[in-house]
Amino acid sequence: MTVIVNGNQTVITEGSAIGELIKSLDLNPELVAVELNRRIIRRADWDSTTISEGDRVEIVHFVGGGEAM
Amino acid sequence: MTDSLIIAGRKFRSRLILGSGKYASFELMVKALQASGTDMVTVAVRRVNLTDRATESLLDHIDTKKYHILPNTAGCYSADEAVRTAMLAREVLDNNWIKLEVIGDEKTLFPDNQGLLEATRELVKEGFVVLPYFNDDLIVARRLIDAGAAAVMPLAAPIGSGLGIQNLTNLKILREQIQEVPLIVDAGVGTASDAALAMELGVDGVLMNTGIAGASDPVAMAEAMNLAVRAGRLACLAGRIPRKLYASASSPVTGAIE
Repeated sequence: MTVIVNGNQTVITEGSAIGELIKSLDLNPELVAVELNRRIIRRADWDSTTISEGDRVEIVHFVGGGEAM
Repeated sequence: MTDSLIIAGRKFRSRLILGSGKYASFELMVKALQASGTDMVTVAVRRVNLTDRATESLLDHIDTKKYHILPNTAGCYSADEAVRTAMLAREVLDNNWIKLEVIGDEKTLFPDNQGLLEATRELVKEGFVVLPYFNDDLIVARRLIDAGAAAVMPLAAPIGSGLGIQNLTNLKILREQIQEVPLIVDAGVGTASDAALAMELGVDGVLMNTGIAGASDPVAMAEAMNLAVRAGRLACLAGRIPRKLYASASSPVTGAIE
């Protein structure tokens, strides 16, 4: 199925959970935060939250920055 | 020094807060952080770049046991956007501190005070420790404090301008009138004397990024800022002499040879 991850169309396995997506992207789970359709999914809920066709996922982390860039 | 900066009950040894942007490398940033003596670092929240996986994560380089991480909402132009960014930031390290920016204009990067107030109220309700970046307006400062801000952070000049303290009078008034929460100069510092001057005015701390990261030798400038903030603080506590128009001899006037 196709979902939107950080603005890009991405094909992932049907019924994937957030936790599986993070793992498949090879991201350090301790350093990212996730939104599914603009709703924050807490780390503890990643494995029980499944993604559906067309869902929008945002994965963010910290980058260097002080003020308005 | 036992004179520490306390924000929302948390004690910081240094009165200097550093940004983590614009460094040529992570290595240089880490050295600058060390030289500055800071114990609080502000970081921005951005999408993970999934197409260029070569980019390392900032937190791989910052020791979060040594530095308190202060996520920011840099680049947000509405209260909603800032609140959304803050909520995401909180999830990364389970840290409810936020340096709140709601920018109102691209050219000046001046804050949108109305959006700032709205976002402060919302985030305080959500349990955040909110440190808003605002212009130097006393009335706005009071409203932010009423809304629950844990500190107020006026600019001294536009962000990244390096113009130094352009609003001496307003900062002095803010210092006299704002006693409930720490007052931290955020933005505008260009060199060490600017930081010292801000501290001599009696502000509780200084936050800077470009002034250090943009210097030819960021590590040396970080050390200069470290010393300047401490010197300015000491001078403020020491109590300067009054300004007089005419000379006043410091040697005894009696006993001179004739």
